[in-house]
Amino acid sequence: MSAPIKTLVIDGQDVSASADQTILEVAKEHGVFIPTLCNMQGLHPIGACRMCVVEVKGSKKLIPACTTNVEEGMEVTTNSVRLQGYRRTVLELLFSERNHVCSVCVVNGHCELQNMAQKLNLTHVHFPYLYPKLTVDASHERYMVDHNRCILCGRCVRVCDEIEGAHTWDITGRGIDCRVITDLNQTWGSSETCTACGKCVHVCPTGALSEKGKSVAEMSKRKQFLPYLTMMRERAK
Amino acid sequence: MTPEELNEIAVTEKEAQSRFPHHVCVCTAAGCLSAGSGEVKKALAKEVIESGMQHECKVKGVGCMGLCSAGPLVTVDGRMYQNVTADDSTDIVRSMEDGKPVKRLECNTKAPFFTRQTKMVLENSGVIDPERIEDYIAADGYSALLNAITEMRPNEVVDQVIKSGLRGRGGAGYPTGLKWSTVAKASGGAMKYVICNADEGDPGAFMDRAVLESDPHRVLEGMAIAAYAVGATRGYIYVRAEYPLAVKNLRTAIRHAEKLELLGNDIAGTRFSFRVEVRLGAGAFVCGEETALIASVEGKRGTPRPRPPYPAQQGLWGHPTLINNVETFANVPVILRKGGEWFSKIGTAKSKGTKVFALAGRVKNTGLIEVPMGIPLREIIFDIGGGIPDGRNFKAVQTGGPSGGCIPEAHLDLPVDYESLAKVGSIMGSGGMIVTDDSSCMVDVAKYFIEFCMSESCGKCVPCRVGTTHLHNLLEKICRGEGTEKDIATIEELCDVVRNTSLCGLGQSAPNPIMSTLNYFRHEYTAHVKDASCPAGVCITARAKEAK
Repeated sequence: MSAPIKTLVIDGQDVSASADQTILEVAKEHGVFIPTLCNMQGLHPIGACRMCVVEVKGSKKLIPACTTNVEEGMEVTTNSVRLQGYRRTVLELLFSERNHVCSVCVVNGHCELQNMAQKLNLTHVHFPYLYPKLTVDASHERYMVDHNRCILCGRCVRVCDEIEGAHTWDITGRGIDCRVITDLNQTWGSSETCTACGKCVHVCPTGALSEKGKSVAEMSKRKQFLPYLTMMRERAK
Repeated sequence: MTPEELNEIAVTEKEAQSRFPHHVCVCTAAGCLSAGSGEVKKALAKEVIESGMQHECKVKGVGCMGLCSAGPLVTVDGRMYQNVTADDSTDIVRSMEDGKPVKRLECNTKAPFFTRQTKMVLENSGVIDPERIEDYIAADGYSALLNAITEMRPNEVVDQVIKSGLRGRGGAGYPTGLKWSTVAKASGGAMKYVICNADEGDPGAFMDRAVLESDPHRVLEGMAIAAYAVGATRGYIYVRAEYPLAVKNLRTAIRHAEKLELLGNDIAGTRFSFRVEVRLGAGAFVCGEETALIASVEGKRGTPRPRPPYPAQQGLWGHPTLINNVETFANVPVILRKGGEWFSKIGTAKSKGTKVFALAGRVKNTGLIEVPMGIPLREIIFDIGGGIPDGRNFKAVQTGGPSGGCIPEAHLDLPVDYESLAKVGSIMGSGGMIVTDDSSCMVDVAKYFIEFCMSESCGKCVPCRVGTTHLHNLLEKICRGEGTEKDIATIEELCDVVRNTSLCGLGQSAPNPIMSTLNYFRHEYTAHVKDASCPAGVCITARAKEAK
């Protein structure tokens, strides 16, 4: 049974969509760009990075496009000056949170955070850098995690749980002290649940998760597996 | 349990109580207990036996009487004594024998603190023994539930709540009746849930704790009525583990209610079944946010998720879920007993009923109060609260906890209701009310609250996680006397971003204390920045260090 069809307006453009689609999906279908960081096709959306917030007429609050389904008669604005300002500030906050020095990063040139900064024309950060002291865990045979590059998007947690079914990754701590952990906060190398499939590494938007043996700018992520896996699983149903 | 059987219990209990000419009630809620009321109760019971009055005098533990600052509190045949110690028991027992009250312990119950209050939610608090279900039944307890399930249809119950105009007491003030009817209409398969949010985490707030400790059956009855109205069969009470006495009294209450078949299967011979379980929170403030609370009950990490879908459509384990605060549920039995229309006559046009506040900070009478909606703030602080101690001057009142704002003297004549408080940049919140005098620095106050939000942020969304940290760091810098005008501008910019882009209510309201103090006490910020000095002398600025 297919979901009913809804009609709505996105940036002045009349569009129709299936009721089970999100604003983000429909916008993408119609060539409207909404920036995202935590969202990834094939994973459950969580609305954490707040990059995709949009304005909906009649709602005082900003609405995350990735988790909100379309409704009949919605009037969505995706790129007002106000939204551009908020997005840049949120992105700046991310850059100020941990160490994101691109020139020494394994994913330099292939990084979603870096790309986003270029796309949104972010050249300076006017908040003081927090630079917390964080560790690198290179105990795993093939991969490593550098917490200094992590933006806590939760993609690794979701892909490991929803796709691989191992739930090795999770998040510990509160607020600014949050960190991704393997199993019950033990080293990745000693994790008994990790299948070493590497899905987490390839969905990671930054250089937080990488393959060992890669030098600066050598690590590019291969995300193609995810839409393919999702498609094959849908078919198998 | 049929209504007739319930009535029989009430009659028997009343008879048993009337056999005693004297009643001594000792407050054994957390406030007085920590002041030593446990010892007082023991000593009184011993003294009564020693003087051979055990057949004439009944000593019982009761819930909160309100004036926590004067605890331990004891009432003897309706007369209240304050600051009672175990050594006073001889005099108190003698006073019952000779009929002369103990003058030195007397608490003036004709003071505005007592006379200006309207007790509805707290009507049994300080009167009945929270550990005895019979005492609650004797006070008309569970009659509303049995009447509802035997005489009313679920939609009639919802109608009464809609008519009452009751709004959520957890903070946001969403119309309770509307919430109930949404859950009642939700078609979500077989299961529906009712959750009671008792994860009270605001600093300085203890309303829900007092209700749970003093009158736990009232909350259970409210939940059961709600369950009947919306068609739910299972309920959870999410209460923080830091409230051991509330948890203990709740568990006892559930056990007793199940034993009398007021909870369980086929209640009162009808087809309505309802079971309640207690879930303990691990002390995360964010778990008071309904979606985070639901995640926590499910055994997951307590982080909020975007709404919609609302819990009323997809809540606990994906089923339609009604989630209300302790005080909201505690209002329900009285609404059903006296009717929605009666309830709607109390309060203001848009805010009905009463509100329980935890009065704390720099006021003479700190404690728990219940006042009708619409009462001016000034009356709460200066009449009920007795004003500011030590001859100091009032500076601001902070309502709504870390999500609320600081209200200055100029707005003290505002009636307390949801809309008025929002208009001046604060919120009703769950009912914390912290008064500050001129010895407090408002920058320091703002820093305290943002520090709370920063450490209680779950870390899921970027603006709340990183934004509150920057806000805290900047305020700390200003308090050190090292801030600049530019820092204040950055703070204002960050407040706007955090408020508008955060995922849940915690982040969206975290800037309120800063924005309200910037609005009303900007000169204090300026003094810190321009002269590196703290007008209240609280912050250790560079200049203050030099002066030393």
